[in-house]
Amino acid sequence: MRAATLFYLVLGAVALALPLLGVYPVFVMKLLCFALFACAFNLLLGFSGMLSFGHAAYLGSAAYVTGWLMATQGWGTLPGVLAGAVAAAGLGLVVGLLAIRRQGIYFAMITMALAQLIYFVCVQAPFTGGENGLQGVPRGEVLGLTLNGDIALYYFVLACCAGSFLFIRRVVHSPFGQVLKAIRENEPRAISLGYDVERYKLLVFVLSAALAGLAGSLKCLVLGFATLTDVQQAMSGEVILMTLLGGVGTFFGPALGAGIVITLQEYLSDRVGPWVTVILGAIFILCVLAFRRGIVGELQALQARRQARALSPGANAARDE
Amino acid sequence: MTMDYVLETKDLTREFKGFVAVNGVSLRVQAGSIHALIGPNGAGKTTFFNLLTKFLAPSSGTIYYRGTDITREGPAQTARRGLVRSFQISSIFPHMSVLENVRVALQRKRGDSFRFWRSERALAGLDRRAMELLHSVDIGEFAQAKAVDLPYGRKRALELATTLALEPDVMLLDEPTQGMGHEDVSRVTELIRKVAVNRTILMVEHNMSVVASIADRISVLQRGVIIAEGPYAEVSRNPQVVEAYMGSSAEALAGSH
Ligand SMILES: Nc1ncnc2c1ncn2[C@@H]1O[C@H](COP(=O)(O)OP(=O)(O)OP(=O)(O)O)[C@@H](O)[C@H]1O
Ligand SMILES: [Mg+2]
Repeated sequence: MRAATLFYLVLGAVALALPLLGVYPVFVMKLLCFALFACAFNLLLGFSGMLSFGHAAYLGSAAYVTGWLMATQGWGTLPGVLAGAVAAAGLGLVVGLLAIRRQGIYFAMITMALAQLIYFVCVQAPFTGGENGLQGVPRGEVLGLTLNGDIALYYFVLACCAGSFLFIRRVVHSPFGQVLKAIRENEPRAISLGYDVERYKLLVFVLSAALAGLAGSLKCLVLGFATLTDVQQAMSGEVILMTLLGGVGTFFGPALGAGIVITLQEYLSDRVGPWVTVILGAIFILCVLAFRRGIVGELQALQARRQARALSPGANAARDE
Repeated sequence: MTMDYVLETKDLTREFKGFVAVNGVSLRVQAGSIHALIGPNGAGKTTFFNLLTKFLAPSSGTIYYRGTDITREGPAQTARRGLVRSFQISSIFPHMSVLENVRVALQRKRGDSFRFWRSERALAGLDRRAMELLHSVDIGEFAQAKAVDLPYGRKRALELATTLALEPDVMLLDEPTQGMGHEDVSRVTELIRKVAVNRTILMVEHNMSVVASIADRISVLQRGVIIAEGPYAEVSRNPQVVEAYMGSSAEALAGSH
């Protein structure tokens, strides 16, 4: 726990100092958005045991909503971003209501089918700009400070992402989070204790969709456009890869996974073109076959084993950091 | 439907694709009693429990809890009425600590379980009660261990403590001593006797000496049908029951008293 706190403090300090180190802020912002997206997805898969195959729908539609409101309706940055997240939460509510009664693969299938439906709407609807996407989204200002400069926007995005990250930690370590954990561990038992598990699942689904939406809205702000890429099925698959690679059910794993995937895409796409997909696919297979817990998960398991050896046998305390 | 009976079923039936697992069972459980449900493997005991606790819907028939028809309720709602079950296979939250297992049951009645913005430190107020419950089943010293690391007998004790946390009026126990060594069996039996004070217990049990020593009343289920009912001495002499328990079980049935 103490080691984790130290790690996050160092990470936070590095993040704050990053623009001074001459790193290209737009890239880091993009990375932050995907890290948030993966963490939102992980709240559902890792901490609640529900696999959504359609999380791109929330990322992408929130980007469109924010982009459209800010580019054509003159909305400000904060209301625009907030509206994107709220719209994603609303979609999450509808999809959740339809999917949550189903278990396992059927649940995943329904989330995927509905995400395809949302994709179709985005292709057809006039305000999304179809194949061209929705261009020219202004960055606007927050509390009277313009976000036109990359550095200013960077700190805004960083604050949103860090806040969301802390929020996710709080959700997991809340009375609600305890019930989620119980449901994930043993659903029939949770029901027999009198919990209406579907309501808990629905709430966490909506929270996850809202956070994924926030990631999409921020991304739209950063890049100045919203396109079909963000609502596509491939994006729903990518977030699964990020989460598994980094470590499903760990706090930092998905963010790390997102960092690796985005960085690889950024650096490899110029050099190897379409082969990026193949390389990512290979990493995915390797991950599933060789290190199932993901990078952070494997590291934690290693540490736990070492601790168990150091401690007298039988007296190992419960921990989940 | 007299108030003396906490739980009552009328012609309760459940079919699985033409196979009738529970067939027209009418059973009444007296308030404050320990009622045992026995019967050979596959008789439909667990299915009957699943019907009572709404984990399965009946094909036909009615279930009354304290005179109220609860046949169409959901499982969580029935649990909140005070009719709480355990499972045949020990049912715990394996990767939560022993303390957390009990606390998550205590937490429900406080009504703050949807508060995702609150710190779980708010739950610390429940720790004292949780520890009391753990001590009552002799596993207080394991409070910080992961539930999955407990030996089997202790897991069942934890399950019992978790169920007790809800202060249920009626406890349905599905083979609480199954797969236990001799020592654990007598410990759990004592435990059941202890917690049966001021509540009603309906239990499925294969171990006849356990049944003989604590059950006030016994119902025998065979192929989905109740074939005998009464106190142990009476039921164990019933020729139909002896026949149903052919072989080793018949000896157990005869020689256990
Ligand atoms: N979901 C189901 N689908 C089909 N058949 C089922 C189902 N559940 C139970 N059965 C069948 O119903 C019968 C009764 O099963 P049940 O589990 O209730 O028996 P039991 O009395 O609890 O047995 P045991 O002593 O072995 O636990 C069995 O033949 C079983 O195969
Ligand atoms: Mg059974």
